[in-house]
Amino acid sequence: MTNPNALLHRRDVVKELLRDRGDLLIIAGLGAPNWDVSAAGDHPNNFPLWGAMGAASMMGLGLALAQPKRKVLVITGDGEMLMSIGALATIAVEKPPNLTIVVLDNERFGETGMQKTHTAAGVDLAGIALAAGIRTSRIVRAAEQVTEIRDLAHEGRGPVFAQVKINPEALPFVLPPADGGILTTRFRQAVLGDESLYN
Amino acid sequence: MADLRTQPGAQAPAPASWPDEVFRVLKEAGVRQVGMVPDAGHSRLIRAFEADPETRLVTLTTEEEGVAMLAGAWLGGQRGVLLLQSSGVGNCINMLSLPVICHMPLLMLVTMRGDWGEFNPWQIPMGQGTQAALEAMGVIVTRADEPDLVASTVWGAANLAFNTWRPAAVLIGQRVLGAKNFKELARK
Repeated sequence: MTNPNALLHRRDVVKELLRDRGDLLIIAGLGAPNWDVSAAGDHPNNFPLWGAMGAASMMGLGLALAQPKRKVLVITGDGEMLMSIGALATIAVEKPPNLTIVVLDNERFGETGMQKTHTAAGVDLAGIALAAGIRTSRIVRAAEQVTEIRDLAHEGRGPVFAQVKINPEALPFVLPPADGGILTTRFRQAVLGDESLYN
Repeated sequence: MADLRTQPGAQAPAPASWPDEVFRVLKEAGVRQVGMVPDAGHSRLIRAFEADPETRLVTLTTEEEGVAMLAGAWLGGQRGVLLLQSSGVGNCINMLSLPVICHMPLLMLVTMRGDWGEFNPWQIPMGQGTQAALEAMGVIVTRADEPDLVASTVWGAANLAFNTWRPAAVLIGQRVLGAKNFKELARK
């Protein structure tokens, strides 16, 4: 018997989002979302951030605009999203149909001692995204809703925003390569082909 | 004491055609995404990009969004340029870690405030700190203080950025843009 009020587990959420990932392109925000995406399997189509807090959603926009035929999924944390809250307005204005942003919201700054973020006090990221103009914007609390977001990310009728309420658990680190040059080169090679190595 | 109203040797301003040359250079460099927080000094270049169906022009809420957006563009195989004012350089500092550590090109065209002829004291701290702040983060900085030299300076920086995969900034001085004086406007 499962407790309907139980919070989702972050690695279950990410595993489901990446199920049958196909040629989905992933940007992972720094900290735990990076480790979660890596725990689901390191992949050349992942770009996991180790720094540059606040970059994830706008990297997703630049990538989505550059690759309109591919689907882009940004997976980041509540602290990272709050740092670049204006990006939601920019993305809403640009309306990239192939971009989905999922915030894994544990209401904490997880890497620095689990201090509360603004979402712990009720700041409604999904409401902010909706008010900015991202029409498909949801708070997600149940596994079935995660599957819906997974399907939306693959369909390309975005932009889509999801604030997934998750358990504030500290899990073992699963680390991808840390060298930004390697991450960049392998991603470009996977997306653009070997030609990218020559220019 | 009287204000220094008249610039010695000042003539009727030449038509500012350098943005048109810069536009040509950026198109030849293959720029497809333009991120910008507007500045009056960039207005002619912005209008040129607005009229170009091949370019995606993205207005940002803050300049560091553009650093991240152009990193994503590079991952997807597109080149871009970030148009900003010197005050916006300060907003970009930590985000510059991204192109620096990932060996990604980033071309920044920075219109200066707080240098030659500035009337507004509030522009001075960031204007005077712009070059040092960029260089502290590993950005290659070149300056253009003559209208005739802007396009070739941008050409050089674009080559550095896109061929050596690192951030390069061109600072376009107020000597090129003309110094504003709101006090003078307020007197009229």
